[in-house]
Amino acid sequence: MANAYRYLGKNLPRKDATDIVTGRATFLDDFKPAGMLYGKALRSPHPHALITHIDVSEARQLPNVHAVLTHKDVPPEWLTGLPNHRAVLDRKVRHVGDGVALVAAKTPEIALKALRLIKVEYEVLQPVFDVDEAVKPGAPQLYEQFPGNEFTPGCPVFSPEPFNHVKRGNIEEGFKEADFVVEGTYGYEKFPCPLPPESPAIIARWDTPTDVTIWATTQSPTMLKLIMETKMGDTNIRCISFNVGGSYGNKQTVPMPVFYAAALAKAANRPVKFSLSKAEQLLTYDLRLSNRVHAKIGVRKDGSVSAVQGEWLVDTGVSSDLGQGQIAVGLGEAQVMMAKCKNWDLEGRLIATNRSASGICRGFGGQELKSALIPLWGQAMKKGHLDPVECFKKNFVQPGDGYFWRDGKWWVCREVDYVKTMEETAKKFGWREKWKGWNTPTSVNGTKAVGVGVGVHGNADAGEDESEAYVRLDPFGNAILQCCVAESGMGQRNSLCKMVAEIVQVPLESVRITPSDTLVNPFDFGLAGSRGSRAIGSACTRAASDAIRQLLERAAPVLKVTPEELATKDGMIFVKNNPEITIPWIAVMGPMNTITGMGHYEADYSMPNFMIFFVEVEVDLETGQVEILNIAEGTDVGRIIDPLNLKMQFHGAFGSAGVDSAIYEESILDTETGRIMTGNMIDYKWRPFTDFPPFDTVVLESEFDTHVFKAIGVGEITGAPAPGAILMAISNAVGVDIMDYPATPAVILKTLGKS
Amino acid sequence: MKQDKIRLTVNGSSHDLSIGVNLGEIAPSETLVHTLRETLGLTGAKESCDHGACGCCTVIMDGQAVPSCMVLTVECHGKEITTIEGLQDPETEALDPLQQSFIDNMAFQCGYCTPGIIMTSKALLEKNPRPDEEEIKEALAGNFCRCISQYQVIEAVKQAAKNGR
Repeated sequence: MANAYRYLGKNLPRKDATDIVTGRATFLDDFKPAGMLYGKALRSPHPHALITHIDVSEARQLPNVHAVLTHKDVPPEWLTGLPNHRAVLDRKVRHVGDGVALVAAKTPEIALKALRLIKVEYEVLQPVFDVDEAVKPGAPQLYEQFPGNEFTPGCPVFSPEPFNHVKRGNIEEGFKEADFVVEGTYGYEKFPCPLPPESPAIIARWDTPTDVTIWATTQSPTMLKLIMETKMGDTNIRCISFNVGGSYGNKQTVPMPVFYAAALAKAANRPVKFSLSKAEQLLTYDLRLSNRVHAKIGVRKDGSVSAVQGEWLVDTGVSSDLGQGQIAVGLGEAQVMMAKCKNWDLEGRLIATNRSASGICRGFGGQELKSALIPLWGQAMKKGHLDPVECFKKNFVQPGDGYFWRDGKWWVCREVDYVKTMEETAKKFGWREKWKGWNTPTSVNGTKAVGVGVGVHGNADAGEDESEAYVRLDPFGNAILQCCVAESGMGQRNSLCKMVAEIVQVPLESVRITPSDTLVNPFDFGLAGSRGSRAIGSACTRAASDAIRQLLERAAPVLKVTPEELATKDGMIFVKNNPEITIPWIAVMGPMNTITGMGHYEADYSMPNFMIFFVEVEVDLETGQVEILNIAEGTDVGRIIDPLNLKMQFHGAFGSAGVDSAIYEESILDTETGRIMTGNMIDYKWRPFTDFPPFDTVVLESEFDTHVFKAIGVGEITGAPAPGAILMAISNAVGVDIMDYPATPAVILKTLGKS
Repeated sequence: MKQDKIRLTVNGSSHDLSIGVNLGEIAPSETLVHTLRETLGLTGAKESCDHGACGCCTVIMDGQAVPSCMVLTVECHGKEITTIEGLQDPETEALDPLQQSFIDNMAFQCGYCTPGIIMTSKALLEKNPRPDEEEIKEALAGNFCRCISQYQVIEAVKQAAKNGR
């Protein structure tokens, strides 16, 4: 069927394209409120220590220093983390790089000079870096209130009762039904850095003693407001974001920079910018979760999973931002992947260790769990000589299958069935020709061995949380979309304008979207979990339809017809079966009025999204070097809103988002000193322009019952199935199981007994 | 020879700057990206890694793409510098064909690394108007793009080169 839409499914220049290619687009670093000071932090050299003495008198006397804060001076009621546990500054430091003192000064150089004048004495404590060690009796304790270094379960924003344990069916019976049972410990433990090019930064300005404006590098201003207000006593936050220089889920609530900027701004009574250097971003800001799974899986001869049992130890470093929520989503996503399994006993535990915090990032728990779980499941498939694609087809959720989601409620899948997507993507990749069996290369040519692998992922959060939007029509044929959506690269502000233009039937230039500012916009949870297309799209399209309904209702008496007989195009209202009869909007509204439509979306977790990722790798058996030869990834998005932006979301699977966390991206922790050694963009490895392999995409459009445009988002999850697929491909190429992330040459040669 | 003034030509306009440590002067330790952004108000170049690894601050100096965080401003006396703000036609404000090609190929996502990528590509095309794909990738090897717009950037540069023939 030909595309009947004016804008949807078409590649049109993004509305902000000219600003971006001319350097005019404003990022936080390009903005400066009057009187702004610069904040800097003195950071701990020890992974675990008590501050026994701190002297800031010299720093305070330095000219043009406006505030110096220690743990004695920060607002005591301000506590971030989940549950609230992390002070702005504490007498105890818990990782190398933890905050010790803060300075606000006229210039960054003066602030740094002041930091050097601060004298600190520490009582060094024993650190702990390993999750299994951290939970043992007698281990060093990070927090008094979390004995055994285990954070209290539960994420109240997601569910009133904690959801950290999937327990259903009869686990013993499940294993009895299994033909192949495997058990073991698998990990995904190198907490790579999401590394957006724009480092996290916050500017805070107190407008009254309780009202603070936070200009933030956040992809979700309302989420920042909603969550950080619960951490800062009696504070009202107005949060504004500009263009955001990448986030990948990593710049959401931006907790510590918000605390530092806001505390300094309060003390100095001036606006303060707290911007992380690249080293601070890599060494002290939120990384991906680290995790280790001790688990057992039972699989029947036909490939269906009969039982999953285990303990999932999630190492979140020094602090949990939303780790309990990530565990809840991860457990949900495991069930979505193994939806035919009736017998579960899988528990997630969130553990503190003495390294910088893990936080929110793309993948959000599920990627971490499954990057460990899929290799274990693969061992069972191997025992049964089962084809992994067939196993995924056999087990992935289909309409009628149920799962406990992050809200702790039982949801039954409707609408979405991804078997066809799996088959078509497998065909495009050439799976049938390339797959030769477990630990069996596709081909070997001298020292070069080729292997293939596959992974899947799906997330019901594509329908998460609440959104509100207003669409205001003016008399001159323009629509103003009021919705609190930031631009951090996904082009979502533009896509939402396209949806509104499609309903209001005006040129795309006539649709404008308000700045991403919590003061001027209604509630929107933000860009998270691929929710933009469905959740925010629903609110915006409903608001647009509501505005048009009001317009036509007001036009009906003027034209002496019923509203149902009317339609509008390009600012004109006409009678559908007699388009000669036409009047402009202004004839209905007058020159001094506007019409506002409202739209709302409520969370619905019954429709997970989906990705299947195929990869072919070549391993040099002499050097252990892995090269990706090609990738094919497939999904079904219901309907494509923006083809090129969608394609680029697929490409975003590289980096710590997935692919490269399996080959070379890692934060390297020196457990002797507690320091992360990868504190710059040379030591921290990333994929350069010269290294991008062919990448095929398969996109089905099955028109799901989501909203008027039948679309569901997938952006978050394109990288999530990649790590497991890549280990599988490498293991098949070399003929031996490679189970450590990242599979660097050292890991591969060691496993092959060559080093 | 001790010099207390330098002259930079940026996007065709010359600027006389005093060297020193007082307010309004260019400190000997100041990097070019800082001078461009803070003194001249040209904020298109982004200061990201601040150690020459990511290319977000790339400008063209005497025909070469350079990371402006790795150049001291005091070293730039007499240099001709072009920033992203200097690519448009100053009279008509028409976009450079390379900028237009980035729009046509949607060769960006968040756009933070885009000015640097465009300037690197521009320097390449000035020197080598008909680069092949490998030459484009090689030229851009020092530019970090984390959203992964690389596939579209390569298309955009190829198309700009093709249209320029």
